[in-house]
Amino acid sequence: MIALFWRDMRLAMRAGGGFGLGLSFFLILTVLVPFGVGPQSEILSVIAPGILWVGALLACLLSLDRIFALDFEDGSLDLLATAPIPLEGVVAMKAAAHWVTTGLPLVIAAPVLGVLLHLEGGAVRWLILGLIIGTPALSMIGAFGAGLTVGLKRGGLLMSLLVLPLYVPTLIFGAEVVKRGALGMEVQGVILILSAITLAVWALLPFAAAAALRINLR
Amino acid sequence: MGLRVDNLTVERGGLAVLEGVSFEVAAGEALFLRGPNGIGKTTLLRCLAGLQPPLAGEVHAAPDSIAYGAHSDGLKATLSVEENLSFWAKVFGQGEIEAALDAFELQPLRRRYAQALSAGQKRRLGLARMLVTGRPIWVLDEPTVSLDVASVGLFADAVRRHLDQGGMAVIATHIDLGFEARELDVSAFRAKPAAVQDEFDEAFL
Repeated sequence: MIALFWRDMRLAMRAGGGFGLGLSFFLILTVLVPFGVGPQSEILSVIAPGILWVGALLACLLSLDRIFALDFEDGSLDLLATAPIPLEGVVAMKAAAHWVTTGLPLVIAAPVLGVLLHLEGGAVRWLILGLIIGTPALSMIGAFGAGLTVGLKRGGLLMSLLVLPLYVPTLIFGAEVVKRGALGMEVQGVILILSAITLAVWALLPFAAAAALRINLR
Repeated sequence: MGLRVDNLTVERGGLAVLEGVSFEVAAGEALFLRGPNGIGKTTLLRCLAGLQPPLAGEVHAAPDSIAYGAHSDGLKATLSVEENLSFWAKVFGQGEIEAALDAFELQPLRRRYAQALSAGQKRRLGLARMLVTGRPIWVLDEPTVSLDVASVGLFADAVRRHLDQGGMAVIATHIDLGFEARELDVSAFRAKPAAVQDEFDEAFL
């Protein structure tokens, strides 16, 4: 199973692997927002948590259909399904590789880009913590959506429609962590809820995604 | 333990394509599946590989004993020959890829990216994957597509060695592979056109 994780990492880093796609999107979005909204730092610092989280979410969405579609097209998915590793493990490993190549760069870039949006200095650590806890859920929910729509031509739109409502709780609580952090309020409860969402997603969705894949591979 | 198929009915798009398929393959034996295009050879093989459940009947084989080789090779264009093969070796819990590289004369190509291989070379790499699975029953779907005569020979040698070691093979093919084995013409099992299994048509979902 670890071999699958490293293969996906290697593929993402190689030419055309899509590494940096989400990151560049995130960068473009957060650079453009101040131009669109205007330079008033009070307004920007109010909307910064929401913009950063929405940006992270959309950046994540951008690369989701690659999780299974490429393997489906070249036949690897059939072969993985007949391999001795359980399909649930395949899903978990591929979601983990997706997080490391898409979510983790966002976590690292977010504090720097937060400066552009006049994010309060005290909120930066809560932004990092929230993203570290929240983005793995985005990858796993995305893997579930990708598993459901694998094999459909132009399944990306359908997948976005399926996945976005499931992203909403993570978005709400993730942005809430940053907002409360910026105002110096108590954040522990919100962080616990955010962690609970991620843990539940990682505990349940590999099974749902694997079941969807089995049906789609028939 | 060999492979035994009892009265198998397989479906595609909600319709039965083959019904009542029964055969047995013992250790050291190969079976060629023959039949015209579209008769259901691939569907039958996917069913044997466990990718789709049969409508009726059973496949008896030891668990985790079947290695499936599909039409597509499952190669990653941006990985080298060596990386592609050792990935599958690790997935199947085997460490050694040298023997497989030798068997299909891939040693000179080992550092080349899969995207730079010809169709026949890709196919050889796809077949070399069967050797690193370490599984006794090979289920192969038209393995010789785009192979030249010499490579078909390499493949036949590999299958023969596999059978000598007590392995088994079920191969759907249209050509003569150059070794003796039982043949099964699946057109004898063609399902009757009216054999819709139930009212619920999954094809429209």
